[in-house]
Amino acid sequence: MNQILNWIAAHQEMAYIVILMIFVGIEIIGKVPSVLHTPLMSGANAIHGVVIIGAIIVMGQAEEGNTIALVLGFLAVILGTLNVVGGFVVTDRMLEMFKKKK
Amino acid sequence: MELNLLVFCYLLGSVTFIVGLKMLSNPVSARNGNLVAAAGMFVAIMGTMFLYEDEGKKLGNYGWIFAALVIGTIVGTLMAKRVKMTAMPEMVSLFNGMGGACAALISVIEFRHLIHGYDPATYASTGYSFFSSLDGTTMLIIFLGLIIGTVSFSGSMIAWGKLNGKIKDFAFKGQHIINLVILVLNIAIAAFIIVARPEETPLFFYAILLLSILYGVFFVLPIGGADMPVVISLLNSFTGVAAACGGFLYDNKVMLTGGILVGAAGTLLTMLMCKAMNRSLSNVLIGSFGGGAVASGGAGPQGGTYKEISLSDAAVVMSYANKVMIVPGYGLAVAQAQHICHELEKTLEAKGVEVKYAIHPVAGRMPGHMNVLLAEADVSYEKLLEMELANEEFKSTDVVLILGANDVVNPAAKSDPSSPIYGMPILEVEQAKHVIVNKRSMKPGYAGIENQLFFQPKTSMLFGDAKKALQDLLAEVRSI
Repeated sequence: MNQILNWIAAHQEMAYIVILMIFVGIEIIGKVPSVLHTPLMSGANAIHGVVIIGAIIVMGQAEEGNTIALVLGFLAVILGTLNVVGGFVVTDRMLEMFKKKK
Repeated sequence: MELNLLVFCYLLGSVTFIVGLKMLSNPVSARNGNLVAAAGMFVAIMGTMFLYEDEGKKLGNYGWIFAALVIGTIVGTLMAKRVKMTAMPEMVSLFNGMGGACAALISVIEFRHLIHGYDPATYASTGYSFFSSLDGTTMLIIFLGLIIGTVSFSGSMIAWGKLNGKIKDFAFKGQHIINLVILVLNIAIAAFIIVARPEETPLFFYAILLLSILYGVFFVLPIGGADMPVVISLLNSFTGVAAACGGFLYDNKVMLTGGILVGAAGTLLTMLMCKAMNRSLSNVLIGSFGGGAVASGGAGPQGGTYKEISLSDAAVVMSYANKVMIVPGYGLAVAQAQHICHELEKTLEAKGVEVKYAIHPVAGRMPGHMNVLLAEADVSYEKLLEMELANEEFKSTDVVLILGANDVVNPAAKSDPSSPIYGMPILEVEQAKHVIVNKRSMKPGYAGIENQLFFQPKTSMLFGDAKKALQDLLAEVRSI
């Protein structure tokens, strides 16, 4: 019990962010019309590409001689970039179609 | 100073993600919202590149990082620009899988980093356990990121393969039990490592990696094509959580906020999609395939006879109608027949027929997908009627042409309480004078139930692939 409390106390900042973000996430898309479900999903898909920052950090911290870490990190950065760039471009293309209809 | 600037970059990134997502949920501001989030992402990435430091040490390997960024950007842009509008859903799935793989790779590298310098021989002689000295929270986060990221990756790859037709539905008896066993085993191993810290930790780590891949594959394989959007949306939120794990690991607020935001919004979006189809999430994931769902749903009375209509008859009926309503569905999206459909619309209009489209909220391969498809084919916005408006207009419609839609026009949703789709809002096409249904066969639609509409006297069937049938129909209409 004490351990759990200590753990929460040590990570309270993170815990607050997580809880608040859950509510923000639910709140902001609560009223989305079904027409926008696909672009919204695609946009959210691009946003979780933020994982690329972790990949960059891992890659940047890999030591020169550590080939495996370098190769895996390199791969991770490429995949993360694909997620971010591809995600935003696809979303933009979808929304471009919506604009043309008016 | 520089570190504070980085904090500001991350704060800016987090705020743009929230604002961007908010703008994306409104048709007017959606496109700008996407750009806002993209700009924030750019700032956060550049900040990490040039400002990040850990214990006073800047990042190294700039050449490699830049090379990877450039490769990723070029390939990603080309893929996203070249993909056909009908193939959008699998593209989203593919990119989502890339994000999941990225998160999983980070966990793998961090784990290797964690056990770096471990030499069984030296530790065995001292009798001191290396693994028990590792930080439990870090291990927990690494495992969480690994499992979720990997499941998201392998699941997305299967979803991608299924949507572009490379992978067929595959289900066997007791698959859910096997899935459950894999999942429980996976979690049990992870928990065991974190609590007991055995000497074989690295071995178990890779076992978890393997099991997670398997789980992702078995999780998505049995789910049918029409439900893929829901699954992709769910996997999308998984990747969000996996990204948030990275945020925990590096104490990085922008990863944490972005990840959790997508995790929460993605989960809600998944449920909204299910609601639009009047299904529950568990129904999509578990009850949607095999014999079970059909049997429990009550297949209803077998319909009896239906009548076919010839191409020339269909062409005549449509050419001499006052008002024709086209109901596009999954079949049209699969056959990529939106352009030829627009041709038919123009030809009929030239003959003085009023043509409109009735769009069900979940028509197509994804909610809202049909609007995007028809817009791509230059169908004007005014012609696309939403469900409520369309239902009012059916009364004054002479001919309804249904292109590869089935469950969204099934009257059982209104009349038969025992039907699995009972209560789902539908397009009430039976109010029109004549209904022509284009389908490839009499096979039931995705919900696996008979559609009484097909057996009504005013309904006639026009069998064939939507694109082929429309081409032939167009030729017939032109020759009149």
